[in-house]
Amino acid sequence: MSEHFRLSGATGRAVRFVFDGVTYQGREGDTLASALLANGVHLIGRSYKYHRPRGMLTAGAEEPNALVAVERGRGRMTPNLRATQIELYDGLVATSQNRWPSLAFDVGVINDVAGKFYSAGFYYKTFMGPKFAGTALWTRVFEPIVRYAAGLGARPTDPDPDRYAQFYAHCDVLVCGAGPAGLAAALAAARSGKDVILCDEQSEPGGSLLHETTATIDGRPARVWAEEGLAELKAAANVRVMARTQAFGWYAQNFVALSERVADHLAELPRGARERLWQVRAKRVVIATGAIERPIVFPGNDRPGVMLAEAGRIYLNRFGVKVGSRVVVVTAHDSAYRVALDLAAAGVTVAAIADVRSMPLRARMQEAEAAGIRVISSATVTGTKGRRRVSGVGIAQVGGDVVGGTDWIACDCLLMSGGWTPSVHLYSQSRGKVVWHEDRQMFLPGASVQDERSAGACRGSFTLEAALSEGDRAGAEAAGIETARPSFAITGEAGTEGGVLGRLPRRPGAKGKAFVDFQNDVKADDIELAVQEGMRSIEHVKRYTTTGMATDQGKTSNLNALAIAAGKLGRSIPQVGLTTFRQPYTPVTFGAFAGANRGDLFDPVRQTPIHSWAEENGAAFEDVGLWKRAWYFPKPGEDMHRAVLRECRQTRATAGIFDASTLGKIEVVGPDAAVFMEKLYTNPWAKLEPGRCRYGLMLNEAGFVMDDGVIARMADDRFHVTTTTGGAPRVLHHMEDYLQTEFPDLRVWLTSTTEQWAVIAVQGPKAREIVAPLVAGFDISKEAMPHMSIREGTVCGVPARVMRVSFTGELGFEINVPADHGRAVWEAVWAEGRKVDAVAYGTEAMHVMRAEKGYIIVGQETDGTVTPADLGLNWAVGKAKKDFVGKRSLVRPDMIVDGRKQLVGLLTEDPAIVLEEGAQITATAAPAAGTRALGHVTSSYASPALGRSIALAMVAGGRDRSGERLYVPMPGGAIAVTIVDPVFVDPKGERLDV
Amino acid sequence: MKFSALSVFTQGLGGNQGWPEQWRSPEPKSAYDAIIVGAGGHGLATAYYMAKEHGMRNIAVLEKGWLGGGNTGRNTTIVRSNYLWEESEGIYEHAMKLWAGLAHELNYNVMYSPRGVMMLAHNIHDVQVFKRHVHANRLAGIDNEWLTAEQAKDFCPLLNIEKNIRYPVIGASLQRRGGTARHDAVAWGYARGADRLGVDIIQNCEVTGIRRDASGAVSGVETSKGFIATRRIGVVVAGNTSVVMAMAGVRMPLESYPLQALVSEPVKPMMPCVVMSNTVHAYMSQSDKGEMVIGAGTDAYTSYSQTGGLHIATHTLDAICELFPAVRRLRMLRSWGGIVDVTPDRSPIIGTTPVPGLFVNCGWGTGGFKATPGSGHVFADLVARGEPNAIAAPFTMDRFRTGRLIDEAAAAAVAH
Amino acid sequence: MLLIHCPYCEMDRPELEFRYGGEAHIARPADPMATSDETWAEHLYFRSNPRGLHAERWRHISGCGRFFNCLRDTVSDRIVTTYKAGEARPEIDRGAA
Repeated sequence: MSEHFRLSGATGRAVRFVFDGVTYQGREGDTLASALLANGVHLIGRSYKYHRPRGMLTAGAEEPNALVAVERGRGRMTPNLRATQIELYDGLVATSQNRWPSLAFDVGVINDVAGKFYSAGFYYKTFMGPKFAGTALWTRVFEPIVRYAAGLGARPTDPDPDRYAQFYAHCDVLVCGAGPAGLAAALAAARSGKDVILCDEQSEPGGSLLHETTATIDGRPARVWAEEGLAELKAAANVRVMARTQAFGWYAQNFVALSERVADHLAELPRGARERLWQVRAKRVVIATGAIERPIVFPGNDRPGVMLAEAGRIYLNRFGVKVGSRVVVVTAHDSAYRVALDLAAAGVTVAAIADVRSMPLRARMQEAEAAGIRVISSATVTGTKGRRRVSGVGIAQVGGDVVGGTDWIACDCLLMSGGWTPSVHLYSQSRGKVVWHEDRQMFLPGASVQDERSAGACRGSFTLEAALSEGDRAGAEAAGIETARPSFAITGEAGTEGGVLGRLPRRPGAKGKAFVDFQNDVKADDIELAVQEGMRSIEHVKRYTTTGMATDQGKTSNLNALAIAAGKLGRSIPQVGLTTFRQPYTPVTFGAFAGANRGDLFDPVRQTPIHSWAEENGAAFEDVGLWKRAWYFPKPGEDMHRAVLRECRQTRATAGIFDASTLGKIEVVGPDAAVFMEKLYTNPWAKLEPGRCRYGLMLNEAGFVMDDGVIARMADDRFHVTTTTGGAPRVLHHMEDYLQTEFPDLRVWLTSTTEQWAVIAVQGPKAREIVAPLVAGFDISKEAMPHMSIREGTVCGVPARVMRVSFTGELGFEINVPADHGRAVWEAVWAEGRKVDAVAYGTEAMHVMRAEKGYIIVGQETDGTVTPADLGLNWAVGKAKKDFVGKRSLVRPDMIVDGRKQLVGLLTEDPAIVLEEGAQITATAAPAAGTRALGHVTSSYASPALGRSIALAMVAGGRDRSGERLYVPMPGGAIAVTIVDPVFVDPKGERLDV
Repeated sequence: MKFSALSVFTQGLGGNQGWPEQWRSPEPKSAYDAIIVGAGGHGLATAYYMAKEHGMRNIAVLEKGWLGGGNTGRNTTIVRSNYLWEESEGIYEHAMKLWAGLAHELNYNVMYSPRGVMMLAHNIHDVQVFKRHVHANRLAGIDNEWLTAEQAKDFCPLLNIEKNIRYPVIGASLQRRGGTARHDAVAWGYARGADRLGVDIIQNCEVTGIRRDASGAVSGVETSKGFIATRRIGVVVAGNTSVVMAMAGVRMPLESYPLQALVSEPVKPMMPCVVMSNTVHAYMSQSDKGEMVIGAGTDAYTSYSQTGGLHIATHTLDAICELFPAVRRLRMLRSWGGIVDVTPDRSPIIGTTPVPGLFVNCGWGTGGFKATPGSGHVFADLVARGEPNAIAAPFTMDRFRTGRLIDEAAAAAVAH
Repeated sequence: MLLIHCPYCEMDRPELEFRYGGEAHIARPADPMATSDETWAEHLYFRSNPRGLHAERWRHISGCGRFFNCLRDTVSDRIVTTYKAGEARPEIDRGAA
């Protein structure tokens, strides 16, 4: 198709694109909106609720109507994009939304006819069904219908294959917006040599100067001035000019988030990121975000072909597109006169300018009349005609309170201007409070909370001269320049006065839908109804009617909604309130926030020095915190159960080797190390001899078990502390907290050594045989190295700390060697182990064997509510100690009350049944609903050593229930269990004493 | 006027000119039998049940801003009752039962939608914890079931259960009666209901002081609209409890944190339920309007700013994009923050205070919305009778002295 | 994301390097066992949680590792000053923030 509405002499390269299956021609530099308009296409979407035909209202980011989906292949369908922002490329494919079966014929339009039954908030009043049906009618019938009818865009179904990048930046001056004020600010700041970032949401910086064809700045055409300024900025080493970059969010301390579109405008997708998220810390910020033109509220103001006036000028002057052939302008603001003049000069018939003001400025009238354009003052709009495109507008004149007869004027485009609303969004996000200016009928920025300043139209300064000089001054101030500033000589500027809020005068009882929020189909009547129903704040009105809550966030509608609500209430606008502006200014892709934080980069992966060996030997891994731990080592054909069975049996038969490197390790050093340990752990430490180990128990100040581990005293002033795998950072932080803030006089230094040591546990009756050949410098015989001792020397020639400890109940050694040597030493141990048929075992076998011995795991037997006494660990609490962290809390009334849950063992009557961890325990087999549980199963395994199932549990008063029969109710019936001692294997510890 | 399909139809025929105010906007009287401070969901529900079940009609709800404008209108609308401890099960299940009949009770469609709340397990510890919940809930007669990863995907096809992600989904617990409700409608429904029973809801009326008599008991409140006498005050001002209670000289075991949430642009239905993951810190559902509603844990430091840090939202979306790769191309439409007051054990405080006549209901942390009807119901009972009923009794402030904490967070490492 | 001045490193660093540590100047009783249950609960759990200037602890956990104190306005999140652990809370008019 040819571009009937394109001005002759268009120079851009022709490109082809598809909209709703029809191929059109556009130009490079077009937006999808301008290209469609060039082809005379205004109808582009259907509205949310009434499915009314809609066209482009604007030419920018504030567009509420023209939402489309762009399809770029599998996983690359993007819904809800604004046609006014989509840059055209060769082969672009876009489709309209929210219509069925087609855009031109949409059955949903029935809602438009029945609109009076869909008043604001109607869904709160109905769809409830009869009481006996409960929620069924809503959830099964009405809600699915509502959900399907709602939801504007198509849903994505495939994973997005694109990449997103994130950058951080610092600058002296960040300028948001590259219109006249922003350009002037950036130039002033840049010339001072400061680091400047200038960002603008459009493909081309320049803002309103891009379509300004009449005005001159310092004797040059405005557009030339902008091009020269931009060239200077781009050439400056201290300036970064960012197009297609929206400053969307403002956070504490001038931390501003920008979203940059990198790829979507290109016909060929580049290899890099689709979008970039910038997080900029700016010393100072200049806000130069301009203003947004307001629609006028009158019946039928939503038909395709009804647009904002300035949009008509933008399409004409910037894109070479005529928005119609016969245009009527309805305005309350001077700027629309220039639109009419430009259109008339381009050969478009301007049938009339209907000015709602009774006394338009004389100069404006004269300009219009000179161009042969009729001006109707005191005008109001009584309605529009046309189904898929406006075909006529009814204009009447208002005298006093009386609306006169309607004069229908034929047109194919209706341009409207209710005036301009300053974009105070970013200022408001910076936590500044906007101030209502009654004389100007505007919210404008008040005092600064952060180091920012607004310039130009966003602070209500609409003339070009004001925008430039304010921008220049703001840029200079932000850069710390205090010298006098130049002035700008301007000619040929459009008028900047006028404006109207709320709906236009109408005859009593006049009908017709006058829209405020176009996308959400909120009418002036809806807002008045909300007020009638008692909604008195704009927050209520907004939530009740959904005005301002569509994807455009009310950029074109908020002030009209506010004015209508205020008018109905008979109150002033600030009394009704202004909803706060929240991040983001325009929608930002989820993927851009996520950036590269995907897959293994989502969270760091921690691996031990022995990880690669485990991988090579077929280990299955489990996630424990950030760690990957070897879970079990299945042989071919083995499932987890059989692998674990083998690992446990063989460990107790000969030996097993286990990678314990993930255990947290903290070196506690200093003259007061023992004093510190006395305070942080429940146990006594003062008399522990160097070379000996002790099981340590750590409480939080509330008295609950927080961590545990074996702790070795290396010397009078040095402890080698081990912690749980997951608890290591928490324990160190806890220790540092007390050391630095409660006991700062203690001479103690804490160092995390978790990553420094690889730890190889060798457990089993043959453990000593395996370790002995590798050790030098100390004697590991039973006599020389008793259980719970530590020696320093070498293993495989590498400096080592070897502990004689056990978490299996078998003779055991834990070899600590520098991490770099971890794998080599492991392999040496493994080679020795093979001689006695030792196995490598994983965390699951470790868990089973420790449960057979009744050893707890913090986080499994404990849950943050468990005391040492509950666990039967009072032997680990130093009775004579005056104080330790958590001690005071242990004597609170409910911590010593009878009936607390205590650690016990459980045996099922049927030895084959392995209880489910977390299962509840009751006194009777068939407890009544609501019965309080006596406790729960904390650990449960098939025990290879016992050849039957075992379990650990926390049971109320459990230690006094030994031998008692209790029940574990399950969906298939209760399982009978008997309370036993939690140590199932070798209760006397004879196997350790070898 | 009773709301119904018929009234919508007849009013529609009449141009919708006949709808009355849903609640009045009265000026305060000089004295009331009781005053509820805070017109959020909990406060309005409290007033509603005081009027309906305890016959107290001469009461007022004071609100410094607009009713329902605090956390009630700022949360992610999740409703569930699958808590671990009996005390928590008691109150949240009490609320759940009220949710089921709330639309009819209030003659207001609060859109309670039991579409299922699924909580994902990503490691063995999660499995142990969630199964413990499932068993505990079943014993208490509360629905909660265990799903394999494949069953979880059947329930929510959008979910990624591939093994190659950083924290693969290895199972889930599901409470089918859990779901969502329309947050604003809850506040409005209770406001309308309370108003019709004679309760004065006074908006834009900030409490600036709590006056006490010679005996130390409360005698009234100073407000931005003048002094109002009363002998009973119920404080229900989530987020600002410490500030209001300080007016009566009462210190609280609370800290206030920002809690952020965000929504995407609306799309056609793609997410049939609520999915929560504590391990990767995110949850998501889809509103009736089509927006994906997303939240996470609180920010790290106390604040009354109602604006959290970008890095918190960013981390939340990292997690969401991992769990639901098809949403990466959707766009964040709106983000906002609420202020939640958090107790040391993450369970609420409902109880008397050292000041006679002063009652407090606070500390719901990130989980207050789901409790709204139950919280209001038991608090009404407390303010009316002066002592807590069996459901509220465990939640007194005294537990922090005795050590009888109700620690859901420590037990489950599950927030919200 | 806050920008926080570490009084030990003497540098402004992003919030991600720090960990929040709750209200400052809450000293652990010298002899906890001598305190009443009420006093102990007050120490453990009760906080001022003010709307306005708040003295709080931060730790430069991914930097020097030190705990220090900070005066921050909890309404604007503006940090008024930071100071080393053990130093007294600076005398700043609570209304000034």
